[in-house]
Amino acid sequence: MIMSAKVDTSLPLEYQTEQDRMNILGFWVFLGAEIVLFATLFGVYGVLYERFAGGPTHKDIFVIKDVMIQTVLLLTSSFTMGIAIFEMRRHNLKGLITWLVITLALGAGFLFMEINEFIHYAHEGATMQTSAFLSSLFVLLGTHGAHVTLGIGWATMVIIQLLKRGLTPTTARKTFIIGLYWHFLDVVWIFIFTFVYLKGLVA
Amino acid sequence: MGIKWDEFFITGDPLILGSQIAILLTMIGAVAGITYLKKWKYLWTEWLTTVDHKKIGIMYIISAVLMFFRGGMDGLLMKAQTARPEMEFLNSQHYNEIFTTHGVIMILFMAMPFLIGLMNVVIPLQIGARDVAFPQLNALSFWLFFSGAMLFNISFVIGGSPDAGWTSYFPLAGKEFSPGIGNNFYAVALQIAGIGTLMTGINFIVTILKMRTKGMTLMKMPMFTWTTFVTSILIVAAFPIFTVALALMTFDRLYGTHFFTVSGGGMDMLWANLFWLWGHPEVYIVALPAFGIFSEVIATFSRKSLFGYKSMVFSILGIALLSMVVWVHHFYTMGSGPAVNSFFSITTMAIAIPTGVKMFNWLFTMRKGRIKITSAMLWALAFVPCFVIGGVTGVMLAMGAADYQYHNTLFLVAHFHYVLIPGVVFAVFAGLYYWWPKMFGFMLNEKIGKWHFWLFVIGFNVTFMPMFFLGLNGAVRRAYTYSAESGFAPLFMLSAIGSIVLAAGFAVFCYNIYWSIRYADRNISSDPWDARTLEWSTASPVQFYNFAKLPEVKSLDPFWHMKKKNEGLTLHDSEIEEIHMPSNSWVPIYMGVIFGIAGFFLVFEWHIAAAVAGIGIFAGLIIRSFDYNEGFHVKKDEIHRIENAWRKTEGEVHDHVS
Repeated sequence: MIMSAKVDTSLPLEYQTEQDRMNILGFWVFLGAEIVLFATLFGVYGVLYERFAGGPTHKDIFVIKDVMIQTVLLLTSSFTMGIAIFEMRRHNLKGLITWLVITLALGAGFLFMEINEFIHYAHEGATMQTSAFLSSLFVLLGTHGAHVTLGIGWATMVIIQLLKRGLTPTTARKTFIIGLYWHFLDVVWIFIFTFVYLKGLVA
Repeated sequence: MGIKWDEFFITGDPLILGSQIAILLTMIGAVAGITYLKKWKYLWTEWLTTVDHKKIGIMYIISAVLMFFRGGMDGLLMKAQTARPEMEFLNSQHYNEIFTTHGVIMILFMAMPFLIGLMNVVIPLQIGARDVAFPQLNALSFWLFFSGAMLFNISFVIGGSPDAGWTSYFPLAGKEFSPGIGNNFYAVALQIAGIGTLMTGINFIVTILKMRTKGMTLMKMPMFTWTTFVTSILIVAAFPIFTVALALMTFDRLYGTHFFTVSGGGMDMLWANLFWLWGHPEVYIVALPAFGIFSEVIATFSRKSLFGYKSMVFSILGIALLSMVVWVHHFYTMGSGPAVNSFFSITTMAIAIPTGVKMFNWLFTMRKGRIKITSAMLWALAFVPCFVIGGVTGVMLAMGAADYQYHNTLFLVAHFHYVLIPGVVFAVFAGLYYWWPKMFGFMLNEKIGKWHFWLFVIGFNVTFMPMFFLGLNGAVRRAYTYSAESGFAPLFMLSAIGSIVLAAGFAVFCYNIYWSIRYADRNISSDPWDARTLEWSTASPVQFYNFAKLPEVKSLDPFWHMKKKNEGLTLHDSEIEEIHMPSNSWVPIYMGVIFGIAGFFLVFEWHIAAAVAGIGIFAGLIIRSFDYNEGFHVKKDEIHRIENAWRKTEGEVHDHVS
């Protein structure tokens, strides 16, 4: 909805209308709420992470090689998302869509690895119901993974709109916002990698 | 897993049977009535699919009044049960359910929507905007709140009410000790309503930051706008914590995780910490907008600018900051040790400082003012002493060591009712009497309003003052009965009598709405109180585009100065331009319904059905994503016609203070 039809063409496409600027600011505020959400989950994990209740510990289940692959996939996808937005700024629709698809493919690879990781844990007898440690681990990782899944679905919708409508202030704004979301998930992953996996291995 | 159909409807209790019949008859009556009057189309196009902030606000307020009735009935039942020792009116289980639903409904489904309703109606008008930043998201917020409220409310006739207190502490609220589905209602319904509230917070932050009219700098905003802004920040900072806490509760109850359980390494006090990490800011989320309403009402009826505007702003910010670092005072008895308890004692007491600053600012605003004693002003006047009692007993409770004595007694219950009733309920009544003409174009009756006021305030004091003394004598909260030997009987009886007077006050309020709708004068000025802020510079009821020409602000109390200098009040034909407005949408109400259905199945742990309904949620999101409706333009002719209808003579503003 464009409340003010005024278009400021000196700005990047996604910032040209007042409504789009408000949408972007609103999304930043939403990301603030997301930070609180993940901070709470990290807090819960920090409280419960040594409560094994006789079940497996970090060292019993973590496979650092797989985690490294996941990390590389996701960090690379953040980089390719950056290139996608760069292509958008150059008004290169084809480049934008290409890099978006590459980003999503990397995201899907990450997700595939994560699901395998969960299956592996379950085979080791480590499920959500085993101990408080595992409950908090699965919910923290699962919330991040659910965000990635949602992001892939959402970005697909945006790609369809880009194909249908081309680059307009509205589609540019939508693309820019999914970019912000994707980078945010990457930042969260860095915290997970540090405070869950690395910390678990040195504990 | 699965629904036990024989336990689907609650049976066997005559009170509940009566309610079931009453609900059924009301529903049939409403459907029949709307059909008979052929109002379905009107209801759908004008209200259910609206994205107009004023109508959304009114729907919030109507819901809040209904929830006030429900929560109030719960309160009366509790008072009836404890009126005499060893009463057998309610059994212990029923009593547990009633104090739980009373608390949840009054805080989350009465106080919150009442304030958010007033915020919705007033804020865009006060900042000189034509709507909120995201009108359709605003409608979604309302429908999610409404969906959560309805889901919570059906629990007492279908499936069973939650019964672990509004705080739902673990391990009691866990599956182990509460195996029924009652507490699932708590976890799921509050989650749905909470998402709506979070969206409201985001919406108002952006609205206030980006949509203020020309010249309105942050330090020229009306105080209600300031408090709404800070409350919105608190919502965004605090509600995600509740989202997580409720999600973890749901996992514990439905999927056997061990976050808060006694077994498997879970930690029950983690729930208490998370709950109050959200819960204490929540107290200020409802208190701050209320302070804003009092600021507007006191300034208007003292006919003076608000005293100490800057100190008011810094007090609000101080309160907001402190509200995030006091949560442990709700459970000093957890045993965190003297150091932790001392820290939280000090932060808690520190809140009295900015609050005290505000109190004195209100008093100094009145000093040497030409005070008009209207109904709205009476509520603000009564707020001052009553809230001070709540505040001072709060400082008593803040002392960690002393709290071991007060903890879990009726002293605490009396304290927070003395904070929340003057601090929120008086405020929404003041706001309702004050802004009613702006919403509907007629006033609430002042004479009936004064009956409402006196009955309610006297009833409130008679109900809750005895509870301080009962608590000090050792009467515990949440106990359904007591022995005659305890000696509590006379004060409990006094309190019960007070609650009847309180209820009579509420009944008079409802009568006032009825009377005013039928008989009140429709021919009133758009500025009946001779007020100070921009919402009074436009028509009553407000035309759907709010302002034909966006006002320009040069100082605080802009409308007051516009009237004084007689500038900016007129509208010339040449100034009229086409106005762009957003279109109605069916998606928000659809999302409310589908969230309600998914939530209902989840409550009954019927996971496949819940997943199917979940697909419906995603379908709604996708439809919204592909919706490129860009609204419509209001033509100059139409604006001309609407403006001429209320500007009888150009620029004329009639005073109409009774």
